[in-house]
Amino acid sequence: MDLTLKIWRQKDAKSEGKMETYPIKNISEHSSFLEMLDVLNENLVNEGKEPVAFDHDCREGICGMCSLYINGEAHGPDRGVTTCQLHMRMFKDGDTIYIEPFRSKAFPVIKDLVVDRGSFDRIQHAGGFISVNTSGNTQDANALPIPKPDADKAMDAATCIGCGACVATCKNSSAMLFVAAKVSQYSYLPQGQVERKERVLNMVEQMDKEGFGNCTNTGACEVECPKGISLEFIARMNREYFGASIVSEK
Amino acid sequence: MSKGFSTSSVGRKILMALSGFFLLFFLLQHFVINFLSVLSADAFNETSHFMGTNPLIQYILQPVLLFGVLFHLGMGIYLDLQNKKARPVKYAMNKPGENANWMSRNMIITGIMIMLFLGLHFYDFWIPEIKDKFIDGIWDNPTKYYEHLVHKFADPVRVGIYVLAFVFLALHLLHGFQSAFQSVGFNHRKYTPIIKKLGTLYAIIIPLGFIFIAIFHFINHSH
Ligand code: HEM
Ligand code: SF4
Ligand code: FES
Repeated sequence: MDLTLKIWRQKDAKSEGKMETYPIKNISEHSSFLEMLDVLNENLVNEGKEPVAFDHDCREGICGMCSLYINGEAHGPDRGVTTCQLHMRMFKDGDTIYIEPFRSKAFPVIKDLVVDRGSFDRIQHAGGFISVNTSGNTQDANALPIPKPDADKAMDAATCIGCGACVATCKNSSAMLFVAAKVSQYSYLPQGQVERKERVLNMVEQMDKEGFGNCTNTGACEVECPKGISLEFIARMNREYFGASIVSEK
Repeated sequence: MSKGFSTSSVGRKILMALSGFFLLFFLLQHFVINFLSVLSADAFNETSHFMGTNPLIQYILQPVLLFGVLFHLGMGIYLDLQNKKARPVKYAMNKPGENANWMSRNMIITGIMIMLFLGLHFYDFWIPEIKDKFIDGIWDNPTKYYEHLVHKFADPVRVGIYVLAFVFLALHLLHGFQSAFQSVGFNHRKYTPIIKKLGTLYAIIIPLGFIFIAIFHFINHSH
């Protein structure tokens, strides 16, 4: 298939960027979206031009690196997939495809389509952990009984790969779905109880500091999330936050 | 209570929802009283007189309501401005309709339309009432309410604006009703679908009811 690509080019964090147009030919509909970009970059290098910088790592939907806002949607038109899992058969021969970086004040562009999602890391550092000794004499996992439904919920929350699609698609650039997943994955488990109240207070505080917007429950994040993280977790975090605020002595 | 609650995004969202719940409750009682005007002028006058002169309602609930409306409005606008700042560079191509409905994306627009209507509404009913009682000192005029209402609704332009305003209110509540439950942390596999249906019913029946009342009086008294 032959396509016209409109891609955001930006030299570095400080420069102004703009959309540039690149025609591309003979793309197999069986290739992935990132493979299509590989072909584009190969062509650009052969022409002596600067290739387009974009993030990627695992290319199998588990690392969360690949980002991209494609034709007006985070990770493109397909549902429940990352960009590396997006197939070119989702597009038609002759299509024009807009490719932009995830946009948020808290995700500044580093170069072209690459954004800095360090704000997510800082939110994690603020509370997305449990403090345990890793001395070697680790307790047997089965010594702590966990009800199956709780284990399942914790696992559902923990599937969040921190890709940032929720922020990118949210009209408010809110990080609530991500933070809710990271708060919830521990709050269901006995290991998460010790720091439970501090965790939610600190992570929300850091989220606000980073400049993400406020949730208005549009539900766009849940639709775009490649891992199907549910809005239920946001409600759960709101509950946790309210409870923790009431008893907090801070 | 932690110091950060009322300045955090989550805390403010919860306060937004609480003020929303309060307004939903107020609107329901307002509707019930207005509907009396369709059934019986006397019943409407009697209830309005009670509402207008009862000290608990006048000096406690009325200020709370006024604060509630102003808070909801001020916080709504403030949060929306913050949200706009959270994405300084916009997308060249964006399809927001692919994953969220119009109502949920335009709460600030429907909200501001309601606010504009409230301006007219205050001018029509609330300011004359306050003037009667607190400036002219007339507290005892138990038959004025129905006359006043009928007089206002004889004007087709005013009725038109009222109808339009309630369309915006319906749009606001089609998202707002269920959203407020989510904000205060209530999301349940079994009950949330019921709340969503209830919200849709509320958001359609109440505004439609207000529209009916306005048109009813217009048809019966506009000559
Ligand atoms: C005075 C003009 C008004 C303005 C400017 C306004 C604005 C807003 C805004 C910006 C939101 C937040 C949107 C969101 O979080 O999804 C909101 C939510 C809401 N509004 Fe209003 N609104 C107004 C009047 C009303 C009225 C009269 C009612 C009810 C009768 C109402 C009920 C609600 C409810 C229930 C919510 C949901 C709260 C939540 O999502 O947690 N609003 N409003
Ligand atoms: S919640 Fe979903 S969309 Fe958001 S960062 Fe996690 S995996 Fe990505
Ligand atoms: S490259 Fe790892 S999820 Fe796409």
